[in-house]
Amino acid sequence: MYRYDEFDAAFVSARVEQFRGQVARRLAGDLTEDQFRPHRLMNGLYLQLHAYMLRIAIPYGALASRQMRKLADIARKYDRGYGHFTTRQNLQFNWPALRDVPDILAELASVEMHAIQTSGNCIRNVTADHYAGVAADEIADPRPYAEILRQWSSLHPEFSFLPRKFKIAVNGASHDRAVIRAHDIGLQLVRNGKGELGFAVYVGGGLGRTPFIGRKVREFLPESDLLAYADAILRVYNLEGRRDNKFKARIKILLHEKGLAGLRDAVEAEFAARDGAGLTLPAEEIARIDAYFAPPPLEAKKPASDRVERRRGKDAQFSKFFQSNVTPHKTPGYAIVTISLKPIGGAPGDASADQMDAVADLAEDYSHDELRVSHEQNLILPHVALDDLNAVYDRLASVGLATPNAGLISDIIACPGLDYCALATARSIPIAQRLSERFGDGARARAIGPLKIKISGCINACGHHHVGHIGILGLERAGEETYQVTLGGSGDENASIGQIVGPGFSSETIVEAVETVVETYMAQRQGPEEDFLAAFRRVGIAPFKEALYERSAGADI
Amino acid sequence: MADARKGSLVSEIVTANRLVDGVVVFQDARGGWAEEFARAAVHADAAALQAALAEAAEAVARSLIVDPYAVAVEWRNGHYAPKALREAIRASGPTVRRDLGKQAEGKAPVFALNASVESPHVSL
Repeated sequence: MYRYDEFDAAFVSARVEQFRGQVARRLAGDLTEDQFRPHRLMNGLYLQLHAYMLRIAIPYGALASRQMRKLADIARKYDRGYGHFTTRQNLQFNWPALRDVPDILAELASVEMHAIQTSGNCIRNVTADHYAGVAADEIADPRPYAEILRQWSSLHPEFSFLPRKFKIAVNGASHDRAVIRAHDIGLQLVRNGKGELGFAVYVGGGLGRTPFIGRKVREFLPESDLLAYADAILRVYNLEGRRDNKFKARIKILLHEKGLAGLRDAVEAEFAARDGAGLTLPAEEIARIDAYFAPPPLEAKKPASDRVERRRGKDAQFSKFFQSNVTPHKTPGYAIVTISLKPIGGAPGDASADQMDAVADLAEDYSHDELRVSHEQNLILPHVALDDLNAVYDRLASVGLATPNAGLISDIIACPGLDYCALATARSIPIAQRLSERFGDGARARAIGPLKIKISGCINACGHHHVGHIGILGLERAGEETYQVTLGGSGDENASIGQIVGPGFSSETIVEAVETVVETYMAQRQGPEEDFLAAFRRVGIAPFKEALYERSAGADI
Repeated sequence: MADARKGSLVSEIVTANRLVDGVVVFQDARGGWAEEFARAAVHADAAALQAALAEAAEAVARSLIVDPYAVAVEWRNGHYAPKALREAIRASGPTVRRDLGKQAEGKAPVFALNASVESPHVSL
């Protein structure tokens, strides 16, 4: 993992003390809320429905055990004993007091963490594939590039007051696990015909009220040009992006208005005119950052473990866990373990302080001290020896973290929704809870196969509903919660925006509506090997519409 | 509840967040800020509400509270409760965590969340 150097440590500590002073002046009445708000937002501090909310950056989702333990400590000492992992690989505390936030930030700084740029119109926490460095299908590790982007973008003077927030994601494998095409800039690591490493560059993706899939502006960008090209994109956006209407201020709108060719020409012209602008990455600097992410020394082992195979034969629950939550590691004899934060009937992404400590211990004992947070609101143990799987599973089960549903229908993304969020128009978590109870993690969920349900409690789409195979958007109509369903969305390398199926459903009927969608899929599919998305793309939306609105009386039309 | 005209369709209270810790507070009949919804002063006419909001603006200036605003309440089964679901949740706590927020401290409005919200498994 990356370790702070002296400059990083001094920078973050100085920032904590700066904010401590700002909070003191605010509490003393020397700063008004209007003056203070931009400062607290730049430090990740929101005012939500019940209290302040602190959003802590977890750069590209990578955590060490000591960092996870610190998050658990903070949850106990300053909050209500739990935290919420988000779709941007961050962690949110829902109840901190303003007076305590400087101390919380100081505690975070002691483990090389902060909350800088987790809010505001700046370049946000850079996200990456949660299997980075371990995926069998990886072209190159995206984390060094995400780290380089993080260092470059932290408090960048030119890009701290953009027209709107700006999100960058980097994916290193052939399968896109980082939803790069729903980002302002999506970077896909590729090799060109000469075997050189670089990026396919996508721009203008985004969800929210105007969803767009990112468009490719560069087929191959040499890795040394990463910052110079990002700089060119940001400069064009900063100059031409709209500031008159915040709903039209994201780069996706600029792309839509200029057209792909128009934006590409402007970016390429800026890139050429700046001639690197001192941002060309020296190979030795890439190598220096790369070294922080060197894989742990893993000794290749037998590709299967006898003890695991024996247990699979006699322990059905373990067998289910192995099937859905264990992914091949690039080193034979090791596995990537997904810890589902989607217990049946639970709140997606929530983890108690005790669970955080347990996961930190597991990472220390069995995963070379490494953890990842996925944008799907789960945790990952990236380097588990297959022979240790039994022990890891038992310890996960002892703290309620062995739900065998990763990638299944009950592995639902949900934003905090109206239970916590000041912007929400409807609740998300109760819908996720009811859906997970309906479909579970057993035979039914396995028969349905891979299916991603994503729920947002308002049009801002923090729950990524547009790219859910089944997307659910909670709205308010005449004082009642109503839920709009989209079908056929996808956030991977074949990304698509889901199509609205028709009029919304009430809180009472939404679970039945999803049931109808699932039943329709099961009836339409050509076999278990045809997953929901493939079947939807083959048959289209018509059979689902018919089932929901013509044959079913459940629709709230 | 003070100065309430029971059954009024336009009754409103004033709410805000306490600056120092963000806790949701309600303006009481003496212009103070209470954590309990039941202590909120209910205003049945526009003039009273405007006066209350002016007083709240002073509390903002004194750095006691942030973001004050008026919330519509209705008389239900012998108690006032917020009309909007958002405000009912804000005055009570997350519907998915009954152990947190005002509902866990005996400070939530009575009947704030109707029966269906009490059980998230039944619709609104």
